[in-house]
Amino acid sequence: MNPTNSTTIQREGDHMIVNLGPSHPSTHGTLRIVMELEGEFVVKATPEIGYLHRGVEKLGENLSYHQFIPLTDRLNYCSSIMNNVGYTLAVEKLLGIQDPPRSQVIRVLVSELARIGDHIVCVGINAVDIGAFTAFLYLFKERETIYDLFEMAAGQRLHTSFTRIGGLMRDLPENFLPLLDQFLESMPRTIDEMEKLLTHNPIWYDRTKGVGKITPEDAIAWGYTGPCLRGAGVPQDLRKAQPYLGYDTYDFDIPIGTTGDVYDRYLVRTEEMRQSLRIVEQCVQKLKELGPGPVIVDDYKIALPPKEKVYTRMESLIHHFKLVMHGMDTPVGEVYSATEAANGELGYYIVSDGGKSPYRIHVRPPCYPIFNSFDEQVKGTLIADAIAVLGAMNIIAGELDR
Amino acid sequence: MILERIEALLPDAILDRHDFRGDLTIVVDGGRLLEVIDLIFTEGFQMLLDITAVDFLDRDPRFDVVYHLLNLTNQDRLRIKVRVNDGEAVPSLTSRFKCADWSESEVHDMFGLRFEGHPDLKRLLMWKDFPGHPLRKDFPMDGGDIFCDDTGASYAGDATSLQG
Amino acid sequence: MAELTIDDAVLPTRLDAVINWGRKNSLWPLPYGTACCAIEFMSMMSSKYDFSRFGAEALRFSPRQSDLLLVLGTITNKQAPVLRQIYAQMAEPKWVMSVGVCASSGGMYRTYATLQGIDRVVPVDVYVPGCPPRPETIIYGAMKLQEKITTEALKARKEHIQAFYDSFDRQKSLEAAKGLTPHQAVREMLLEAGEAGAQRIW
Repeated sequence: MNPTNSTTIQREGDHMIVNLGPSHPSTHGTLRIVMELEGEFVVKATPEIGYLHRGVEKLGENLSYHQFIPLTDRLNYCSSIMNNVGYTLAVEKLLGIQDPPRSQVIRVLVSELARIGDHIVCVGINAVDIGAFTAFLYLFKERETIYDLFEMAAGQRLHTSFTRIGGLMRDLPENFLPLLDQFLESMPRTIDEMEKLLTHNPIWYDRTKGVGKITPEDAIAWGYTGPCLRGAGVPQDLRKAQPYLGYDTYDFDIPIGTTGDVYDRYLVRTEEMRQSLRIVEQCVQKLKELGPGPVIVDDYKIALPPKEKVYTRMESLIHHFKLVMHGMDTPVGEVYSATEAANGELGYYIVSDGGKSPYRIHVRPPCYPIFNSFDEQVKGTLIADAIAVLGAMNIIAGELDR
Repeated sequence: MILERIEALLPDAILDRHDFRGDLTIVVDGGRLLEVIDLIFTEGFQMLLDITAVDFLDRDPRFDVVYHLLNLTNQDRLRIKVRVNDGEAVPSLTSRFKCADWSESEVHDMFGLRFEGHPDLKRLLMWKDFPGHPLRKDFPMDGGDIFCDDTGASYAGDATSLQG
Repeated sequence: MAELTIDDAVLPTRLDAVINWGRKNSLWPLPYGTACCAIEFMSMMSSKYDFSRFGAEALRFSPRQSDLLLVLGTITNKQAPVLRQIYAQMAEPKWVMSVGVCASSGGMYRTYATLQGIDRVVPVDVYVPGCPPRPETIIYGAMKLQEKITTEALKARKEHIQAFYDSFDRQKSLEAAKGLTPHQAVREMLLEAGEAGAQRIW
């Protein structure tokens, strides 16, 4: 029975209101969906967001450009390093500078690792939500290795704050690449194992195939980006379309789906993990070719001078003091800079009045417009399918509400 | 290219323009926004990425409503700005772009701007009876709110002054 | 066969000790995951860190079936009444662990939107610092909670929870009497508490 075209929908009193969230195992952070049900079919789903609105944009107006970097970690906390990269690229665009080549390669490397980590959470939790726990345990073993790598590089597992304006906090440590090699060896096996558990699993197939379909036109009208848009068959990926950080010099493919349903999104994410591994391998190669070099710009009006200089040279000490106390000098103007984050286009819009903190900073989170379409996506489907759709959208409340 | 098209077909629609760091920006009159949007939609800018606003406290008109659009075919980006004063309405884009729904609600919530023709303009991020509009420049960062205050009593007086 | 003496059959102990021993080894957590800390919590539950070693692997997502509220992540003012509701619904006896600096004190978000510490609205037993705390840290927090349970008196726990129920009743009566929304009622109670020099409403 399809309630959308049946007459029973007219009857009042037959509908049941189910309140999903703000504390619900499948809501991925805190959000609330008020579902109007007829039997098991969804008649109307009204999402209510803002339960994790922490006032990041307002806070950004009162912090210096450097101080905002840790806040970007906490936007999409499944792949924090990509948020760092996106934000610093936006500020660098405002300043009109570019980071050194070695820093660019490392940024690509850690971004792709973060993309794998993000897809692991998305696919793993999507599977858990619809009843398959095993894939989650397999995948999280690898995610722990990614955490270890990040911890080596930045000193923190989750909230890395690895990038700085004009480069990176520091170069990769010595023992980073050996562990990365191990990861590159074991991760493809884990993806294979995951595919064995899910891709041809009839239950997974039945639960996801044809659920949450969307046409390319609708996806564009809703402002979809990332795996959800590519799952619908639009080959839009900023890494190819508007290359940044030298992505045009890497060899990788953009997987696209056909129907945009949950199964296609899952396949797209799986393939993206493999493609990211390819990019990481090329990054390792590039790092070897580049050899040692600076990872942050040599301009002490933007980046802090090295500590040994601060302690020994007057001028560096003054630069250090000026940068910490007064911040950078920025040109007056406004920029919008977008990167391809794991969820889609992550944009930073910065308005500068020349002061030490942004006059206005706005984040364009990829899952915000995607979640807006939730009602249309689940109308007329079973309530259990709504959970599958929610999982495949990969809603991260931190960036959704900011 | 897109600028020439707009200028040829809708003369005087563009009030101001600039090109900082390659970000093409045009300022259009609020009354002609829908015409401009219709035109650039047929020219290929079919993806509305984002709607936000900026509060210039001492300027007249006080607010900039900022639209970011993307042309998927040739990957051009365009920023459109509309200047409005407090209390003035901006035409809603919900009839053209589905994703304008929440974005406009968010601007309404955070800046207190009205969008003419929006089907369901509501508080989106803050709760219904929240006083004030947080991203306005005259809104204090801690909200003057008791939740945020360490001493408690000192805020009791001005907590209500944020209304309106 | 030797006759069974009373010493073999009876283990002399205090009622508090034996009940607390049972309580501390069978915690049923409700993960109220809101933000980043919930991701670390996932790590804690999964293969590498394995929280089940502490007798607390039976996650229940319904407050009615759990007795340990794990608050994982930022609690905003919008969520404050929700959190109170959830705590009120939980089975007794109940404990609260505030995981991460956001839940403990508001953390880096000193803004209009963020609740500056959940202890303003619900009683907290263990605070776990870190942004986010590592899985080991959360596990250490859980062990500290077990220690606390071992030594506490049953009566004290009961009174502790009763103090919250009283404030919850007051919130409900405020809502009914003045026609306030839960947000307004909590805000009003915080204002009153602030005037009296207190930091909390329970």
